[in-house]
Amino acid sequence: MTDVPTYLALCFWLFALSLFLVAVPAQSQESPYFVTYDHYLEEPGSLELEYSSTFGTQRGGNDFHAFWGEFEYGATAWWTAEFYFDGQTTFNESTIFTGFRWENRIRVLQREHFINPVLYMEYEHISGADKILKEIEGHDGEADNAVPNVLARREHKNELELKLLLSKTLKGWNIAENTLAAKNLANSPWEFGYAIGASRPLALKASAQRCSFCRENFVAGLEMYGGLGDRHSFGLHDTSHYLAPVVAWNLPSNWTLRLSPGFGLNDNSHRFLLRWGVAREFSGFGSAIARVFGGRP
Amino acid sequence: MRKPRAHHGRILRQAFAVLLTLGAVNAQTGSKDSVYAELAKAPSKAAARRNPLQSDPDAVAAGAKLFASHCTECHGDTADGGKKAPSLRAPEVQQSTPGALFWLLTNGVVRRGMPVWSKLPEPQRWQLVSFIKSLTPATQPSANDEKHPITEGQALRLSYPPRHLITVVP
Repeated sequence: MTDVPTYLALCFWLFALSLFLVAVPAQSQESPYFVTYDHYLEEPGSLELEYSSTFGTQRGGNDFHAFWGEFEYGATAWWTAEFYFDGQTTFNESTIFTGFRWENRIRVLQREHFINPVLYMEYEHISGADKILKEIEGHDGEADNAVPNVLARREHKNELELKLLLSKTLKGWNIAENTLAAKNLANSPWEFGYAIGASRPLALKASAQRCSFCRENFVAGLEMYGGLGDRHSFGLHDTSHYLAPVVAWNLPSNWTLRLSPGFGLNDNSHRFLLRWGVAREFSGFGSAIARVFGGRP
Repeated sequence: MRKPRAHHGRILRQAFAVLLTLGAVNAQTGSKDSVYAELAKAPSKAAARRNPLQSDPDAVAAGAKLFASHCTECHGDTADGGKKAPSLRAPEVQQSTPGALFWLLTNGVVRRGMPVWSKLPEPQRWQLVSFIKSLTPATQPSANDEKHPITEGQALRLSYPPRHLITVVP
């Protein structure tokens, strides 16, 4: 009998394969961040499929490998919606599906300004065993992830997460700051967190030839993220923080590869996180779907 | 007492409906107005900027590569436009200053579906401008002309007066 994670993985890859057949590819220009968001949204009608992983060391427990699949769609030039499936393997324990997330990002201002705000709203339905660490909030710490899967998966969380994304690009440098407020809908206090990042392509001019190893295809930077306590105990006390170099490689064959080793900055943090991801953007996905259903592309 | 799970579901459905409505309103707005008109909104200082890569021999080729990667989905393989976006060979575009084109690329026309392209570094946006300005201007009326037909008065100024419009007074 096929279990649920295997079935979902099969569905994911069948869906991805079908997209290869119907959509037109285009080279993406992705940011290298894993946690921080800049103010750039998905192009309208484009779909990006992404798989990402986080390997984490765990004191007082087993190391883990958490992973997520991401569907990011540009509904309009000012609204991007994303859907995530999360899972994780804790070594010497088990592999489990840990939940889903639905995220929306809305651009507030029509034009570029000195600082560009984007509103972020996310609903999460995840179990206590979720370890993708896509954001750090409240008093999240390494000890939370030491709970064995068999116990942690019993806890279910319906969480609302709001972020204000501020970002600016100047002379090739992108500087982004995210402020996070999250609330477990089961009568828990608001929790807070932050993420900041800076990145730049290795070359600003594009070369005239199509190439994989041109410097402009690589974007490198640094991000830092962590918790800021909750409504009752706001601040840095009993929170965890990470510093992570990031690099992205935008291939002309429409793939983006990303890598980020992260380092815990205090005793509450995991000592080491290694993240990697692979993404492919499908331009014209919306038009392709419209054609399938006989609508106006 | 109402069950919390049902309450959350209702909130989610309402939020989704609001977002869909916003999307529909945006699509309506986008279909009515001319994107070309946005070029005229470039501030005079921005419109007066010169293309620093004007004399770069590789700028047009690099711009063509960027255009193929980022722009053809909406503007078409030959930049003649399509249902989503206007022709870049149209007089409105070809007669614009490089600075105005750069300004439009940087800021987008978000309400009408044109994304902000400031994520491309500034030299790459100038390379795109070089490519757009290198395109052969359209000889036929642009796709936008259907939405904004030329008036009779404009037609008389643009070409020879058609014979059937001339009334000979005895």
